[in-house]
Amino acid sequence: MNIVVPVKMVPDLVEELTIDASGTRLDTAWLRRILSEFDDHAIEQAILLKERGGGTVAVVAPDVEGADDVLYAAAAKGADRLIKLTGDFEAGVNNHALARALTAVVTSASPDLVLTGVQAHDDLDGALGPLLAEYLGWPYVGYVARVNAEDGHVVVHKEYPGGLIAELDVQLPAVLGIQAADQPPRYVPVGKIRQAMKTATIEEQTVPLEDVGGAPIVSCMRTPEATARATMLEGTPEDVAARLMNIFRDLGVL
Amino acid sequence: MAIAPVSQSPTFSRTFYASLHEVSGGEKVRTCLQCGTCNGVCPFGYLMDFPPGKMISALRAERFERVTEADSVWMCVSCYACTEVCPVRIPLTAGLMTRAKEELLLAGNIPSELQTALENSQRYGNPLGESQRKRADWAKGVKPRVTIMNEAQRPVDVLWYVGDYGSYHPRVQPVSRALANVLNALGVDFGILGFEEVSDGDSQRLAGERGLFEMLAAKNGRALAAYEFKEIITGDPHAYNAFRNEYPALGISYPVRHYTQFLAERLDQLKPLLKHELGALVTYHDPCYLGRANDIFDEPRQLLSAIPGVELVEMSHNRTTSLCCGGGGGGMWMDGFQWEKAHTRLSEWRVREAVAAGADILAVACPYEAPRFEDAAKMVQKAGRLQVKDIAELLAEAMGD
Repeated sequence: MNIVVPVKMVPDLVEELTIDASGTRLDTAWLRRILSEFDDHAIEQAILLKERGGGTVAVVAPDVEGADDVLYAAAAKGADRLIKLTGDFEAGVNNHALARALTAVVTSASPDLVLTGVQAHDDLDGALGPLLAEYLGWPYVGYVARVNAEDGHVVVHKEYPGGLIAELDVQLPAVLGIQAADQPPRYVPVGKIRQAMKTATIEEQTVPLEDVGGAPIVSCMRTPEATARATMLEGTPEDVAARLMNIFRDLGVL
Repeated sequence: MAIAPVSQSPTFSRTFYASLHEVSGGEKVRTCLQCGTCNGVCPFGYLMDFPPGKMISALRAERFERVTEADSVWMCVSCYACTEVCPVRIPLTAGLMTRAKEELLLAGNIPSELQTALENSQRYGNPLGESQRKRADWAKGVKPRVTIMNEAQRPVDVLWYVGDYGSYHPRVQPVSRALANVLNALGVDFGILGFEEVSDGDSQRLAGERGLFEMLAAKNGRALAAYEFKEIITGDPHAYNAFRNEYPALGISYPVRHYTQFLAERLDQLKPLLKHELGALVTYHDPCYLGRANDIFDEPRQLLSAIPGVELVEMSHNRTTSLCCGGGGGGMWMDGFQWEKAHTRLSEWRVREAVAAGADILAVACPYEAPRFEDAAKMVQKAGRLQVKDIAELLAEAMGD
């Protein structure tokens, strides 16, 4: 089975985020980007499918800071093709534009399956997967937490709220939004990444990004404002405990 | 543990056995007597599928794949207890156990907690997953201000390598501030690397991630090369071990001392500053990487004895027989895994010894220990009164800090 995994780099929340002077977007000067957690699972799922049933895995990442590291780490895990999309990505690209850019890349790779993270914490205009599926004219299933390849189709587990899981039979080619891989993403030792840097090559594909239509227009971005709803209890542990007990009684939880 | 069918190919065992010879003194593995002393002294040996001696016997039987299929090698806390007692001086910790962990890591047989710490170290330069930019935040409020090399751009006498836990851990940050105050009181001209400092990588190395260790060492090496200083001091015995015994082979070579050595040399200057009576029975825990691994036993005790009103008592395991706090060799990041296997913690064992010794204060000299022993004290009967303090904290207290 041949699989394409489009991934995204999202703001790393370990670093404090700052808003730039325009007040409508993050300040990229201090931004550090990290592979979206769900995309990490999509890579893992693709590698697991390859290990079980053969085929190839191509990982596609937009050209932003950290993309090379992510691609080489994917190669160290077993990805066969590393594709870097070049264009003006540093300024930030909405998912509609990214999906349009990916359509041509995916079509030319003609895979059986596209796996991508079901969501990312920078999705403002909907998740990438359904947009890409629409442009490709392929079926889409999201919130997928297990994928088994069968002859000419895949059987997936889709998660629903309330702990319900549906088993779906999906005809190929298709796009799947991965919630979780069958196994947590594996560890890649630094030595293996170094090896991949020496042996793997990153292909660059320039994609048009002029059409930014479809995305919402951000008029204002703010950090969460502190409100005065919290009451801080001060005093000795005994005083605090006694007051807590009274509060619990008043609220009727004791 | 499920034991998989034994493969008939002896190649893996032979390759691994040959690789042990590359470690300094590694050829001594041939002389193993199978006396079993290492298995017995290992604090977790009783629940390992392959404690050191048994691992060597599996190698000789060319059944090493059984070792990598089991996961109990991850119980090894790299405490050097086995190395210390081996009658033929086989480098069991540095060679056998660490190489075995490297093989498990390559095979993907790695506890998820350890994976997180290693990924954090790769990405953020510290196992705690904290922002590199906040590495010097602990120093805020210290007066006079702590010199950060990148800002000061001037030579200093002493480059203080603070380390991961001293920089970020909320229990160890006060230890760093205490040491800064002591150094300031002595008028030492010191500076820190701040955001340019990354993990020393020694515990990652001992947890089988050699490549990560080399990457981190190279970053520290580049940061250090940019500045002028006479020597490095550190409060972290793991960093001390890395700088002293591992970095030189990577071309990073500086004179290094643990802060207890540095301060013990200045005892005459320090003593008059220690004015406040502590009035306490104090017992000292020898950290594995200060004591057994690097033979520093006396300086920490000299410092404690210099504090007015301190009476030093020894625990039953002391000096070369000291018990590990459980944090070495990656143990710091595998509390859940080790609890699942052992249902006990090495730190609790140690705290029980401190209580048995009648100590009011358990003094430590390694950043792993204050949080570990304080947690353990909450679980041990009669340890309610026991205080856990770094020697730097006790010195600062005696100075009236």
